[in-house]
Amino acid sequence: MGPRLSSLLKDAALTTFVAAALGLFIVGFRTVDVGSTKGLAFDYELVDLAVAVVAIFVGRLGLSFASDGQRWPALILGAVLGAVGAAPVRLPSTFLHWFVGLAGLLVIARSLWPSAERAFGQARQSPQGRKLGTVGARWLAWVLLAAAVILPITPLADQKTMDLGVLILTYVMLGWGLNIVVGLAGLLDLGYVAFYAVGAYSYALLSTQWGLGFWAVLPLAGAFAATFGLVLGFPVLRLRGDYLAIVTLGFGEIIRLVLINWVDLTNGPAGIGGIPGPTLFGAVFAENAPPGHKTFAEMMGVPFDGTQRLVFLYYIILGLALITNLFALRMRRLPVGRAWEALREDEIACRALGINPTNTKLTAFAIGAMFAGFAGSFFAAKQRFVSPESFVFIESAIILAIVVLGGMGSQIGVVLAAVLLIGLPEWFRELGTYRMLAFGLAMVLIMIFRPRGLIAHRAPSLRLHEKPGGGGG
Amino acid sequence: MTADLPLIDVERLTMRFGGLVAVDDVSFKAQPRQITAIIGPNGAGKTTVFNCITGFYKPTIGRLTLRGDREYLLERMLGHEIGQQARVARTFQNIRLFPGMTVLENLMVAQHNKLMRASGMSVFGLLGLNRYRVAEAAAVEKARSWLERIDLVVDADRPAGELPYGAQRRLEIARAMCTEPCLLCLDEPAAGLNPRESAELNELLVSIRDRDGIGVLLIEHDMSVVMRISDHVVVLDYGRKIAEGVPDDVRRDPAVIHAYLGTGEEGADA
Repeated sequence: MGPRLSSLLKDAALTTFVAAALGLFIVGFRTVDVGSTKGLAFDYELVDLAVAVVAIFVGRLGLSFASDGQRWPALILGAVLGAVGAAPVRLPSTFLHWFVGLAGLLVIARSLWPSAERAFGQARQSPQGRKLGTVGARWLAWVLLAAAVILPITPLADQKTMDLGVLILTYVMLGWGLNIVVGLAGLLDLGYVAFYAVGAYSYALLSTQWGLGFWAVLPLAGAFAATFGLVLGFPVLRLRGDYLAIVTLGFGEIIRLVLINWVDLTNGPAGIGGIPGPTLFGAVFAENAPPGHKTFAEMMGVPFDGTQRLVFLYYIILGLALITNLFALRMRRLPVGRAWEALREDEIACRALGINPTNTKLTAFAIGAMFAGFAGSFFAAKQRFVSPESFVFIESAIILAIVVLGGMGSQIGVVLAAVLLIGLPEWFRELGTYRMLAFGLAMVLIMIFRPRGLIAHRAPSLRLHEKPGGGGG
Repeated sequence: MTADLPLIDVERLTMRFGGLVAVDDVSFKAQPRQITAIIGPNGAGKTTVFNCITGFYKPTIGRLTLRGDREYLLERMLGHEIGQQARVARTFQNIRLFPGMTVLENLMVAQHNKLMRASGMSVFGLLGLNRYRVAEAAAVEKARSWLERIDLVVDADRPAGELPYGAQRRLEIARAMCTEPCLLCLDEPAAGLNPRESAELNELLVSIRDRDGIGVLLIEHDMSVVMRISDHVVVLDYGRKIAEGVPDDVRRDPAVIHAYLGTGEEGADA
């Protein structure tokens, strides 16, 4: 115990030293303006620093005990920290209360982690646990779907929730579309937003210039985007991995620059406004109908309400997303879907089996682009305004992050990741500046604990034997 | 045996990589319904010959004629067309399964072209038409019959990457056979197998020759496999063909003994 304890103490002291050295300049003091004549002065916050440093020492010691397998000392240290954090002692700031308290929780969680993990593993191994797992996986999708369908009817459905719901579902649809390209076919596409832009501008231009309606343009937008996918994919899909990623990244930027610079067609950076929203059997969702149209409120004989339009948009995107999902699930069970997955696993083996790699990749690329085109024209109809600013690289990155975090190729994983990535930052807007910090922390935690994505399990596309324990009857 | 019309006719095959001549003016024939082995020391150019036949390399010089349902000039075809049209199937020295996909799925991917036609380029399949479902059921049945032959039926729904090494080797052969080839090229199928597995492999290859009537082209180091089951042996050394014939003749050929053991030269000089 002796030498072990001293090495733990030494380690904690070193950590404390590093924290103190860094903290001294970051939180230890700051310059304040003390009037125009006197210039700047230092404002010391050494007490804060001292409290934090002590907490770090104790916390680090606790973590070391925990990873050393000595649960009780770790628990005690964690409890002390937690108690100090929660106690009505006057620490210099409330932030310090949070800091110390959370440090205590972290230590306690770490010391209990091994037994929790063991218990969880045992539960998963036991027959009941396994049954629960398969039943849960099967019903999770249906529960989510039911929740999504009835959401607008529930009292939760205010303007903000519906807006957020539409946003999340748009990303779910984009994620499902990109999942075909990245998750199934294994083609790293960093310029997916380009096809989204093609779809959006297709609807924006065709509706404002030629007066075509949303439902007429929707298939056209998909076809245009798919054509772009084919044209880009044909020369590019011979490239592998990183090279493909770079070219698609470039393509995404090119589309955006064309949109900015081709002012005659796209109105440049000013964007295109006045895009009509989608109609329901010719009825528009607005307070006053344009000549020749009726409003939805008039048609149904209900008073006008701003959320009617949002609910309608919500159901459109829900429908579109579900079509994307069904299509992808169906394709996966077809020869072409299996060839996509085989290409992802080993392209050379595919060639030896007589599979044409270029054509197979092209279908994946074009189909993924098509769904981005659908989503794009929905986006234009929802916003009633498009500009190149909506189609920047970060959008591609977010969609890709949704696919990767969800677990490559997992449909339900995409939903969870979209809720997490799009929903959380919106809900946590109150956190202000710390919002993106919390977002980054969440990403790091997911990558540490679920390195292969939230749902890494791959279900076979067909089985020879009945699923074990699945109750095939 | 019909010796007059070979299944594959390799004529004056030469493959250069820059200044390196990997295969130098090699000609040989392989007959249908026979096992033809290509042997030789490491670096003799065996795998290069294979890669030329299966379209992974374009030969510098030479003609490769395959007589399947009609004559194909393999050196003029793209990589995947050789599998798709000329129906030459191959396995790899370092196994190339689809490790994340199940055993059954691996065998289904091998029947891709047939199923693609049946699914009307996915359109009929998407609509769930009966025509595709019948074709898929037939493909599963074919896969099952091969799984029975390689004794992997119970593992059908496991990821292929989880199988033990010997089973992966057998699965790769079954996958190649599921493409309904007229020529099966096996690159060191016995590498890493224990004697019992190696004997099972012999049985499998003989049954592919006799029961399915497929011509087999085989690269092998394991002489117990080569000598026991081959009908014809071609020996390469430094990219050249140094001997050819039935196994017993090749075994006694002084050039072969020299290439493998390096003896004889000192004796000849002395």
